[in-house]
Amino acid sequence: MAETINKVTFSDAAMAEMQRYISHYPEGRQKSALLPILHVAQAELGGWVSPEAMDTIAEILHIQPIEVYEVATFYTMFNLKPVGKHVLEVCRTGPCCLRGADQLIETLKQKLNIEEGETSTDGMFTLKPVECLASCGSGPMLQVREKFYENIDSEQRVDEFLEMMRNTPVETPYHQK
Amino acid sequence: MGLKILTEHINVPGIETLEVYRKQGGYRSVEKALKTMTPDEVVEEVKTSGLRGRGGAGFPTGMKWSFLAKPEGIPRYLVCNADESEPGTFKDRWFMEHNPHALIEGMITSSYALGANTSYIYIRGELMFVLRILEKAIAEAYAAGLLGKNILGSGYSLDLHVAPGGGAYICGEETALLESLEGKRGNPRNKPPFPAVKGLFQSPTVVNNVETICAVPWIVNNTGAEYAKIGIGRSTGTKLISASGNINNPGVFEIELGVPVEEFIYSDQYCGGIWKGKQLKAVVPGGSSVPILPANLILKTAAGEDRLMTYESLADGGFVTGSMMGSGAFIVFDEDQCIVRNTWNYARFYHHESCGQCSPCREGTGWMEKVLHRIEYGHGHQQDIDLLVSVAKQIEGNTICPLGDAAAWPVAAAIRHFRDEFEWHIKHPKEATLPGAVYRGQLAEIVA
Repeated sequence: MAETINKVTFSDAAMAEMQRYISHYPEGRQKSALLPILHVAQAELGGWVSPEAMDTIAEILHIQPIEVYEVATFYTMFNLKPVGKHVLEVCRTGPCCLRGADQLIETLKQKLNIEEGETSTDGMFTLKPVECLASCGSGPMLQVREKFYENIDSEQRVDEFLEMMRNTPVETPYHQK
Repeated sequence: MGLKILTEHINVPGIETLEVYRKQGGYRSVEKALKTMTPDEVVEEVKTSGLRGRGGAGFPTGMKWSFLAKPEGIPRYLVCNADESEPGTFKDRWFMEHNPHALIEGMITSSYALGANTSYIYIRGELMFVLRILEKAIAEAYAAGLLGKNILGSGYSLDLHVAPGGGAYICGEETALLESLEGKRGNPRNKPPFPAVKGLFQSPTVVNNVETICAVPWIVNNTGAEYAKIGIGRSTGTKLISASGNINNPGVFEIELGVPVEEFIYSDQYCGGIWKGKQLKAVVPGGSSVPILPANLILKTAAGEDRLMTYESLADGGFVTGSMMGSGAFIVFDEDQCIVRNTWNYARFYHHESCGQCSPCREGTGWMEKVLHRIEYGHGHQQDIDLLVSVAKQIEGNTICPLGDAAAWPVAAAIRHFRDEFEWHIKHPKEATLPGAVYRGQLAEIVA
């Protein structure tokens, strides 16, 4: 049995949200809440889930830490290392490329002086090209946390977007409650 | 304008609230089904309607429902597949965002028909904002006695929950979805047993797409026979089409099945013609996994008849001259689009999204991506084209789930219809890799 390294303390609001998800499943099937809980943890912990966070989740769900690790590493939405204040998830898939997604990614790389997967030196932005985000009719687009930003089809729109994001505070749904 | 079944009230201000939704006649099907119909009668109406699964497979919904095992003392589940992740497809996201109560109404009526007392909506993790819209609407429905114990005094009880995924396309496959819903990696299960016998928590389960479930209330309210009168042949009812790419009006359109493809592309009512006045080059009519068709074959069948927006007409000629309705994701390419680059883009998608469980898919998708990448970037060899055909053939049909087919079909179809474009890329690597370079048939050969 793996040992717990360190525990993470989640806010009362986050814990309440985790317990709410657990209540959605039959007795003995609490592991089903693992993905929703990973989302809650990631939002609570600055956009990524550490090994300590995963160990804590295992305790909450009464499962082995390996069961959390193998799930967190399978799904691309969970960041396993620290990220910038804003993670720019840019859709790089076919339909968005037909409207200029490749150019959007190149423009962001130039303006932020980073490559794909990197974080800007000021810690403000991480650039993360992703596969289809279900916004094919309004590409090129990107997602930051829970919001879609669509039709970013010119350098001016990119500048406006980055300026807006620089002035946007990070609030998780749990902090807002 | 054609008949609107799903989107009739979508532009009514406040339709996302219970009050406005009910003013438009919302939740009538719940009242009718729970108080005046037996579950089997609801199943029969859906069978009569001819409704086919709108997620891509097109399997008859009523028949799928009738397969559900009903052993005593074991719970049954309805799971809504809202994991919409196929490139080109965004109809379900758009619909849930704008009309969440329509899905909840469909879930209640369908769950009643199936004898499920707990149901789940499995939604893409990327769509947390839609999850919150749905959860707000579900809370309203609970408060109004439309969910929970003894719904509307009928004696029927239902709990409905929304569960987010984690960004894996494979979870759109129904058994991978169930694995994910149980808190595991989204690896597809071997079938049989099918979910109708052993699904969620090893219990009998039906997995249906959002759009499929949302069609059920209209069928209950108006009868399956009336629904079957809409459309053509075995393509009954209406269909949400998500149109994207190089068109003037990208977006989601509800069509009566049977609209000519040419009308759908060029009419202002729908796509509004090709972007920037350019020529149509090709269309992927049903999401990135279905075969691409060049302009002449998407507008007309091989026999010279108008191609229609129906399951049968889009598939006419098999994969030699036809394609598939799929999920209704209609991706349009203008004359300036490079087929090789586009094919590489989709190959990258499928390689990225393969769960890695089956060797042909795990290895083959990566192999195809690499070969296409080297052709696109000017390092291809003539034998690469046949190599791609060979790899695609070895993936197709040799995997646990259909992701292998979904990866192989676009590559095979692109080579089938645009082989000369691949050859041109290999013969003219310098020109082909210049930004904006596009093969234009004989003209390119003359210039070269």
